Amino acid sequence: MNLYEWLQILLYLTVLFVLVKPLGGYMARVYQNERLILDPILGPIERFMYRISGIDSKTEMNWKTYAVAMLLFNAIGLLAVYFLQRLQAFLPLNPQGFGAVTPDSSWNTATSFVTNTNWQGYGGETTMSYLTQMLAMTVQNFVSAATGMAVLVALIRGIIRHTTKEIGNFWTDLTRTTMYILVPLALTLALALVSQGVVQTFHESQTASALQSGGQTIAVGPAASQIAIKQLGTNGGGFFNTNSAHPLENPTPFSNFLEMLALLLIPAALCYTYGKMIGDTRQGWSLLIAMTIVFVALLGVTVWAEKTGNPAIEALGVVGGNMEGKEVRFGIVASALWTTATTSVSNGAVNSMLDSYMPLGGLVPTWLMQLGEIIFGGVGSGLYGMLTFVIIAVFVAGLMVGRTPEYLGKKVEAYEMKMASIIILTPVIVTLAGTASALMSEAGRATIFNPSVHGFSEVLYAFSSTAANNGSAFAGLGANNPFYNTALGLAMLIVRFWLAVPVLAIAGALANKKKTPVSSGTLPTHTPLFIGWLIGVIVIVGALSYLPALALGPIVEHLMIFK
Amino acid sequence: MTTKKQTTFRKEIYQRAIVESFLKLNPRWMVRNPVMFVVEVGSALTTLLWIQAILGQGEAPTGFIGAIALWLWFTVLFANFSEAVAEGRGKAQAESLRKAKQDTPAKQIAGLKLESLQAEGANIKHKVVSSTALRKDDLYLVVAGDILPADGEIVAGIASVDESAVTGESAPVVREAGGDRSAVTGGTRLLSDWLIVKVSADPGHGFLDRMISMVEGAKRQKTPNEIALNILLAGFTIIFLVVCATLLPFSIYSGGAITITVLAALLVCLIPTTIGGLLSAIGIAGMDRMIQRNVIAMSGRAVEAAGDVDVLLLDKTGTITLGNRQAVEFIPVNGINAQELAEAAQLASLADETPEGRSIVVLAKEKFGSRGQTMERMHFVPFTAQTRMSGVNLPPLHPSKLEKLHSNLGGPRGVEIRKGAPDTMIELIQSNGHAIASDLKPTVDSIARTGGTPLVVTRDNQALGVIHLKDIVKGGMKERFAHLRKMGIKTVMITGDNPLTAAAIAAEAGVDDFLAQATPEAKLKLIREYQTGGRLVAMTGDGTNDAPALAQADVAVAMNTGTQPAREAANMVDLDSNPTKLIEIVEIGKQLLMTRGSLTTFSLANDVAKYFAIIPAAFAATYPQLQTLNFMRLATPESAILSAVIFNALIIVALIPLALRGVPYRAVGAAQLLRDNLLIYGLGGLLVPFIGIKLIDIILVLLKLV
Repeated sequence: MNLYEWLQILLYLTVLFVLVKPLGGYMARVYQNERLILDPILGPIERFMYRISGIDSKTEMNWKTYAVAMLLFNAIGLLAVYFLQRLQAFLPLNPQGFGAVTPDSSWNTATSFVTNTNWQGYGGETTMSYLTQMLAMTVQNFVSAATGMAVLVALIRGIIRHTTKEIGNFWTDLTRTTMYILVPLALTLALALVSQGVVQTFHESQTASALQSGGQTIAVGPAASQIAIKQLGTNGGGFFNTNSAHPLENPTPFSNFLEMLALLLIPAALCYTYGKMIGDTRQGWSLLIAMTIVFVALLGVTVWAEKTGNPAIEALGVVGGNMEGKEVRFGIVASALWTTATTSVSNGAVNSMLDSYMPLGGLVPTWLMQLGEIIFGGVGSGLYGMLTFVIIAVFVAGLMVGRTPEYLGKKVEAYEMKMASIIILTPVIVTLAGTASALMSEAGRATIFNPSVHGFSEVLYAFSSTAANNGSAFAGLGANNPFYNTALGLAMLIVRFWLAVPVLAIAGALANKKKTPVSSGTLPTHTPLFIGWLIGVIVIVGALSYLPALALGPIVEHLMIFK
Repeated sequence: MTTKKQTTFRKEIYQRAIVESFLKLNPRWMVRNPVMFVVEVGSALTTLLWIQAILGQGEAPTGFIGAIALWLWFTVLFANFSEAVAEGRGKAQAESLRKAKQDTPAKQIAGLKLESLQAEGANIKHKVVSSTALRKDDLYLVVAGDILPADGEIVAGIASVDESAVTGESAPVVREAGGDRSAVTGGTRLLSDWLIVKVSADPGHGFLDRMISMVEGAKRQKTPNEIALNILLAGFTIIFLVVCATLLPFSIYSGGAITITVLAALLVCLIPTTIGGLLSAIGIAGMDRMIQRNVIAMSGRAVEAAGDVDVLLLDKTGTITLGNRQAVEFIPVNGINAQELAEAAQLASLADETPEGRSIVVLAKEKFGSRGQTMERMHFVPFTAQTRMSGVNLPPLHPSKLEKLHSNLGGPRGVEIRKGAPDTMIELIQSNGHAIASDLKPTVDSIARTGGTPLVVTRDNQALGVIHLKDIVKGGMKERFAHLRKMGIKTVMITGDNPLTAAAIAAEAGVDDFLAQATPEAKLKLIREYQTGGRLVAMTGDGTNDAPALAQADVAVAMNTGTQPAREAANMVDLDSNPTKLIEIVEIGKQLLMTRGSLTTFSLANDVAKYFAIIPAAFAATYPQLQTLNFMRLATPESAILSAVIFNALIIVALIPLALRGVPYRAVGAAQLLRDNLLIYGLGGLLVPFIGIKLIDIILVLLKLV
């Protein structure tokens, strides 16, 4: 690696860390209903919205009511996205005159966007009308992200509060997240992207006359507004099929930098928000450090794997690492950095072709998703997943120091362990059972374009991605067919809500507990030792759950190439 | 002799445990432990595959399947064995207790008035019935030599009782009606005198019955932390079930189906069998360690809660200080010299049999060599509640003797010497029309300020000086409290003293806080306050007035010498009646949790090595490239898988002693404990299996078994 490439990574992490505190602090103020700069502008709108929807923003909910509200809201969102696709032929803003999307693809896309996964079985510019893109995709990009953050805030309240049943009001959390955090950030980013040449228009596709052989259709549309939130809200669903590799979605190195920054921005800043809200910022920083350590280590593996390249191709005289499937305007490091970032947060946007990565370069994004999307992770969902791992780490470590385990003064008991186990179990079961079902069925095997080891990796990746609500695609697998649309849709739906509801249950249980004061017998959870232990638990659980599967995919493929 | 007896005793336990381990294979018993139940199912499955192989349809070499099946059965048996050994120790104890609890004849008394009980004593009319016929609130008589037929509260009489059947302590104890030593336990033996006892529990519900069922583990219910850990372990078991089950389709897709035998072996190696197999032994052993220290816990929950205690309430008297105050100084006032005061005080205390009185005599002797002698016609005035003072009246002396004696101690008219609390004595002085010496009050105050108790001595109603009585803090207490502080436990001293005295003693003893002028209500309130603050409170007590507070405390240890209400309210009974034993109880509670946590970490860390042994072996035919991962260089795929399974079974046996003994607890901060245990059980858990599996592989190869 040359100096420029090192600096690129260093600059990226530095800018990210500089932004963590201001943004995190701001978000804490949003959730604690403190005075904000945007109050004069947004306050009246917020109150007006509560009034017309008949919401009493002062009334708080217990965890069950909160969960029901969350599920209800998402169920309606699911139906809306489904029917917008099915009926788009009859609706306005469809200059290309696209017909109805197939039922299975509509189902897949609806679950995908509602669950903040943004797995795309379809090609956006050739399938969806502008209305569908804006009203279904973009709206879900905002509210699915806000749902994740609302669940996180409810969990944080559960940790802070004691001997109460109330964990907040879902409607106000949802509204305030969208209005005060997501919209302002997305607006800023969209304008910055437009300045770099990202397209934002209602015009139909343009036809350009190319140098050779006649015309070329150039798809355009209201892209910048969707891309901004797709990056910020860990959504990842591209406006165009090739996602952020598309020159109109990601034209310049600077736009690439901004989009990469937006990937990790909110998940990283939420760690600080967490620390601020619980009144001990060290706790937030230590989680952020744990995430960063795993991130940097795995980034190293990807960069190393891609820089090493394929010996078989090198034998042909092509040197300089593995550039297959990568944009020359980004190069290896920016592509590897993007890939690591987008799979560490549950974003899934791509700027290079993962199918063409080296086996270990492909193993890293697969495994990052399999870890449960907790290394930064999805907005809100990443941190609540991480906190679940913290609870498990605290439980075992707490026993090891001879006390009933407690985290931040709350005892971790059977009920929390039951919920935490469900949270850890569900993605593993869905990923592995889903992969197995695809490999065992005719329909599943039919669209594997690269049978044998690489094909195995492709199927494993598809289920790892959807069962982590990431949405990143390895490609090389024809997934827009009834089998995969249905199976992957189910995977996304199960994992999203079988995690969110137990998290809320934990929030409710913790809120109801007494708070134990700290003593010298209390296990500190902000020390390097605990950070190390937490990383150890995450890595061991991740490794133990997936090592056999990875051995049959990327690992054996690597050994085949390098032996 | 004892060692020989112990050896045979141990041998018996082990023999019985081996039988028990087979009996426990009953699936209905096994299903209580999900992890080991999965192993049993795996064992049964591989056994069926082995039979199939014998019949000629084997999916792998018959010997290999048979060896795997055998070792999987061993895994279950070893786990059962660990539980049976732990139970066996309790059972042996229960048996000796049961011997004490045979049907004994009881001398039942028809309900009579208390006064007549007192008056008739041992000669009271009674009829002899079986002890099982006694019901709660019945009265019975016991005389010297009788075995007490049931638990009860003494209503009349005083006697010495041999409680060795319960406590193992051979020295007899005195039991009497009223006060804090009125409870008796069925099965103990009366050595002298007689007692009339009111039965406090129906047959089968007595203290001994509860003890037997506790030590036998029959009533053992899973404790909260154990349940939580079980859930986590079940979670991991499900994950590994899915991992192994999906490996079959994965392998079919990859072009070489993995055998069911290997899958079963892999599954058993991965699921946390080490902790799963030892979990129940750890819990039983925790109770057992309590019993070895002569503490009977009424539930496993209480033992576990002991590890979480944040606040310890300790009675001052008898726990922190020696039971009694002792004289440490004579401070004369009004120009009297110290020796004169000392001698007067000594004379006044000669007949005072209280420890305080004796300490005054001793101090005067030590400091001034005075030997107060009882003289003829000396008249001692005992302490009464009315006068609230004690002392001595010396007779008039014959003038010839006057010179030999100290001039101040006698006289032609005789002398009245008194000692008592300052208030009383000042009133005495003033009521006799004398002035109060100017330095009396300051002296009294300065003693009180330092936590001492001042006693004023007067001669003929005029102050001679003040005796400084002091609470003597037991040796080593300061260290023990510092030790507790390191464990994160706050100590609170409870005393009836005034705040000034209490503060001084608290400072001297090194406790963190104190409750002065404590009433039962104040104690209860204090405990509730700590509990609402989220703290877990432990306390010891023996008196009936401690019972409400004991019932409220999370960990309540009653002294065996205590009253029945106190023992009922507590969740532990200390047979040695040693109040500082709470420290050991807390340590045992912590050990219990630490052992579980450490073995869980060890168990999961082990899996890494097992993967490296089994994965390359399982896919040796499909993907020979995976041999790169076999960096232990295990001889053959079969030996690799078999070595992992054998290691997995043997490690359970190897860890039984640790499970029974417990991971040692040291009073260092939580962070250091975690670091140490992670180093031993985390890092150790990663490395040990690599070495172990390799060694077993070498042995298998040497024995030409593979």
